[in-house]
Amino acid sequence: MTLYVVRRIGAGILLLLALSMLVFFLLRLAPGDPLSSYIDPMVSMTEQDMERLRQSLGLDQPLPFQYIYWLGETITGDLGRSLQRNGQPVSELLMASIGPSMLLMLSGSLLAILFGIVIGIVGAVRRDGPADVILAALSSVGVSSPAFLTALVGLYVFSGVLHWAPAGGMQEPGMPFTLSGLLSHLALPALILAFGQTALIARYMRSSLLEVLHQDFIRTARAKGVPRRKVILKHAVRNALLPVVTLIGSTLGLAVGGAIFIESVFNWPGMGLMMVTAVEARDYPLIMGGTLAVGAWVILANILTDVAYAFIDPRIKVG
Amino acid sequence: MPLSPMTEPMAAPPADAAPEPTLRVDGLKVGFGGSQTRLIAVEDISLHISPGRTLALVGESGSGKSVTSLAVIRLLAARGRIVSGRIALRDKAGAVRDLVELDEPALEAVRGNDLGMIFQEPMTSLNPVLTVGEQIAEPIRIHMGLSRRAAMQRAIEMLDRVGIPGAAERARQYPHEFSGGMRQRVTIAIALACDPVLLLADEPTTALDVTVQMQILNLLRSLQQQQGMAMLFVTHNFGVVAEIAHDVSVMYAGQIVEHGTVRQVLKTPRHPYTRGLLACVPQLGTASEHKKQATPLFSIPGMVPSLRDMPRGCRFAARCVHAEARCREATPALETTDTGNIARCIRWNEI
Repeated sequence: MTLYVVRRIGAGILLLLALSMLVFFLLRLAPGDPLSSYIDPMVSMTEQDMERLRQSLGLDQPLPFQYIYWLGETITGDLGRSLQRNGQPVSELLMASIGPSMLLMLSGSLLAILFGIVIGIVGAVRRDGPADVILAALSSVGVSSPAFLTALVGLYVFSGVLHWAPAGGMQEPGMPFTLSGLLSHLALPALILAFGQTALIARYMRSSLLEVLHQDFIRTARAKGVPRRKVILKHAVRNALLPVVTLIGSTLGLAVGGAIFIESVFNWPGMGLMMVTAVEARDYPLIMGGTLAVGAWVILANILTDVAYAFIDPRIKVG
Repeated sequence: MPLSPMTEPMAAPPADAAPEPTLRVDGLKVGFGGSQTRLIAVEDISLHISPGRTLALVGESGSGKSVTSLAVIRLLAARGRIVSGRIALRDKAGAVRDLVELDEPALEAVRGNDLGMIFQEPMTSLNPVLTVGEQIAEPIRIHMGLSRRAAMQRAIEMLDRVGIPGAAERARQYPHEFSGGMRQRVTIAIALACDPVLLLADEPTTALDVTVQMQILNLLRSLQQQQGMAMLFVTHNFGVVAEIAHDVSVMYAGQIVEHGTVRQVLKTPRHPYTRGLLACVPQLGTASEHKKQATPLFSIPGMVPSLRDMPRGCRFAARCVHAEARCREATPALETTDTGNIARCIRWNEI
């Protein structure tokens, strides 16, 4: 198992390297000159001034050399400085925003996994009953609503009209930190982030469980006199979870996309919000650093999924 | 329903009567689908099995033999219903109850406890994510109220009893670590874990290699001698019948068409369908004869009639070489024949 995890992490690092290469060259393929990000348009500069600046930044070198130079610095932990935010180090900016982002994404995903599995079980057990029909309709809405739509509608309804939740931010401005303050700010964006994922997981769980309930070993369990409730919760659910775990792994990655919108709408001080402003401002070092961080998270989520899989399915031997 | 022993509904049993039957099914009728579109899968099924005896239910696919065994343990598919009939089971305490009248919780107390069942497909009838020991220990905890540790201990004993070497170690393994024959031994251990009075075996050897089939049959027979349970053995294979059964009921198109002891039915079949079935079994030494004369192996012409389109009268008439007009008029009753067999044929005496 340990060997397996080490190997997966090794493969993950290679993948991350490929990702960084792709993003680096793609960014530079985009029209525009990175030099322009450094220049204050209000100050007039001569061609010579520009050339000097280009040389001092290393932007006159061929692209592959620039990449290798960037990589060397990155490995030593220096992700460069942001072009926009008063030249703050990218690593510092990332550190400050990763916490809030992880908090939002993990609580959203946790809610989605919990609700999704429970709703899926209810749907399968009460197949075609009123509860199943209502939940199926809701999950159709959930699956087909993009995050920016649910975020805006949710903000309008629950914050604007009903005043159940604050409209944005992580804390009451100017107030000392309190846990209840944090939770009340977290609840709405986390639930909205969970909405689409819940729907996806619930649908998958429902059909997976229905399939398992028709299998022979369920009949064996009933022939042993195991009560119906226990047949479902002990014998069926664990088998039905196997494909759902794979799905959960990929929704953990998808959550990043949703989180970017939701952070922007709710003014949540996370990576999503930071990345949006970085892309708008062509803040190359920050975009590179942020992309690497997100990539590392997605790869990690996939490794965790595979490890979890090995835990619940004894047929899978890893390592 | 009465929990006390019921009185014998028949007249006084003959002098050499076997002990009172463990299972007595009377006039069982099972239908599928809603009340408007109901298809009758089996009809007028009556049978009984005494402790230590094995009754084989034989017939082609679709004859209703599996439906009958699933009806006894009340595990018919969701759209299946027992329309009428009684399924009287004499439980461990000696009380006779009609399983048709029991509600779900009462049935759960009977299943796995008084009734054990093994199925055709050993590869899919075990839960892939639970250890084999846990799957055997589960009914022991439920029905015998043993602690986790004591139940596991008994599960290991059961594994040992069904002939799995290294039982203590094997109990910690998962089904995918067992071969087909070994898995079928595990399902037998599960079915017998609580010492049931009746074992239902639905084609338990059909999916196995011939050599393994023999081992499983020998195992079932020796376990029956040790534990004394009654056994309802569903199969389409007369070789298996000869090997394990004491009595045989032959089913055709949802009805029992002939019943008797193994000797009676195999040696002196009285129903044309049974004769046909037996003629289909190739005899040792006749193969070269067939080859020489270029005659094909015998088979019964035609097909089992569909449930949607069941003919009037004798259901076998369309495939029977002896059928006459009067065979198609009314369903023949079961008649006792000269050899003691019971046959559903009005012409048994003439053919």
